[in-house]
Amino acid sequence: MPLQAIAFYALAAVTVFAGLAVVFARNPVHSVLFLITAFFSAAGLFVLMGAEFLAMMLVVVYVGAVAVLFLFVVMMLDVDFATLRQGFARYLPLGGLVAAVLTVEMVLAATSVAHRGAASGSTAPAAPNGAMTNVEAIGRLLYTQYVYVFQAAGLVLLVAMIGAIVLTLKHRSGVKRQSVAAQMARTAKGGMKLVSITSGEGVDA
Amino acid sequence: METFWSSPVGWLVLTAGQILAVLVWILLSLAFLLLADRKIWAGVQMRKGPNVVGPFGALQSFADFFKFVLKEIIIPAGADKTVFLLAPLISFTLAFAAWAVMPLAPGWVVSNINVGVLYLFAISSLGVYGIIMGGWASNSKYPFLGSLRSAAQMVSYEVSIGFVIITVILLTGSLNLATIVEHQAGGFWHWNVLGGGGLKGLPMALVMIPMSVIFFISALAETNRPPFDLPEAESELVAGYQVEYSSTPYLLFMIGEYANIVLMCALISVLFFGGWQAPFPTPFLAHWAPTAASFFGFLWFFAKIIFFFFLFAMVKAIVPRYRYDQLMRLGWKIFLPTSIVAVVLVAAWRVFGPGAGA
Repeated sequence: MPLQAIAFYALAAVTVFAGLAVVFARNPVHSVLFLITAFFSAAGLFVLMGAEFLAMMLVVVYVGAVAVLFLFVVMMLDVDFATLRQGFARYLPLGGLVAAVLTVEMVLAATSVAHRGAASGSTAPAAPNGAMTNVEAIGRLLYTQYVYVFQAAGLVLLVAMIGAIVLTLKHRSGVKRQSVAAQMARTAKGGMKLVSITSGEGVDA
Repeated sequence: METFWSSPVGWLVLTAGQILAVLVWILLSLAFLLLADRKIWAGVQMRKGPNVVGPFGALQSFADFFKFVLKEIIIPAGADKTVFLLAPLISFTLAFAAWAVMPLAPGWVVSNINVGVLYLFAISSLGVYGIIMGGWASNSKYPFLGSLRSAAQMVSYEVSIGFVIITVILLTGSLNLATIVEHQAGGFWHWNVLGGGGLKGLPMALVMIPMSVIFFISALAETNRPPFDLPEAESELVAGYQVEYSSTPYLLFMIGEYANIVLMCALISVLFFGGWQAPFPTPFLAHWAPTAASFFGFLWFFAKIIFFFFLFAMVKAIVPRYRYDQLMRLGWKIFLPTSIVAVVLVAAWRVFGPGAGA
């Protein structure tokens, strides 16, 4: 199908270009925007492979939530571009090492999968064969075979969330807060005092 | 001819034609819905509203359009020019991209994909970028504050929208929007808002009616409509993220915003109120020509969209603006727990209720 080939090369080129631009952009906000472009075109690649559920999840979770927070933080930080670029040479060896290790790992994983077939070893997660959409396939797998791992992953996230809240929660004393319940419970009887005043005398609090 | 339409080029032409048809329909409807919005608002405040251009001011939106297009585009000094111009384009494009999966009538949909609901959710979660980028690129305080407010607000309400959508997905058992609509066939008591299972499903109405209300309110927040228009609260931030915008870029923001509102109206009717299904059983449609039957469904769908748009306009006219902490409290402390409980209830109903396993 020529259309799919065209779409693949276009999306792949955009992904690679955006990935490089994330690193080389001068302005950190531009970096984040390129990162979003990279996520988005990666989602497009997922769709081409028939993994439409993963593609949508990538967009919803990474682009719709995680990257928004990135952008949020980067915009609020007052980043000095000059000092940022000075550190480039210093961190280059370490960063290069990490990148090299990651690349080697990815190539190894990809080649081994290519050799043995994606589903070898386990009992047939099965490519969606028309009878089952891939949402259903993923759902069945996650909630039957891998249900405990899945729940454990959820617990890890919950712990992380609670940890973040505990670390940042600060009860300041002496701050007036709105109490909706108290506001709503307030009636004319308790909140208002009627005073009859004889004219010319004023009110004595 | 058969071979041409099934070839890649024919497919491209056909799809482009469908997209164009939907686009023209939305833009034309928008012109009049925008006018209706202003007229309703004016009516509530006992004003006349726009009444000069054309009969009853019917052509006001077109006059505004030409005025916007013919004005000079001003880009503030110190603005990030590329991002500044990209932001309204993103808002505009995303607002229309979402319509690709919307089933307008039986068989009338540009792309009937399996994960239609998720696609809509994904696209609407991207909408926040147009606003953040616009606010940041303006290099000015009010737009920036407006865009930060907007980012927090839209991300917060997306969470509860997500859970409300899950309740609908659980009831119908599909992520495909056309399937969700077909599941609600057979009269208004089959609509998801009343449990989606005919008379047997009626107990679920207790959960689904509040869910549809939550969805409606979250849709208001998601589209930055009053009473949740804090990103552009004109009494505090002048016009929020769009302060520095003029001419066509502003117009694109504006159209994008209204297209999103209409999209949300369409989404409410598809998810809860049966989409293109008539509120009564329609066995007679089987004898109609397919095109006529589709058109019949389309009219119902359009009527529902207009009804919900009317609600949007009324809310704008009569409800005062929320304070920011109230907005966040409503989203996180009320809607989120309520919708999570609803998800549990609906899931339990699907497993243990009378329609279990269906």
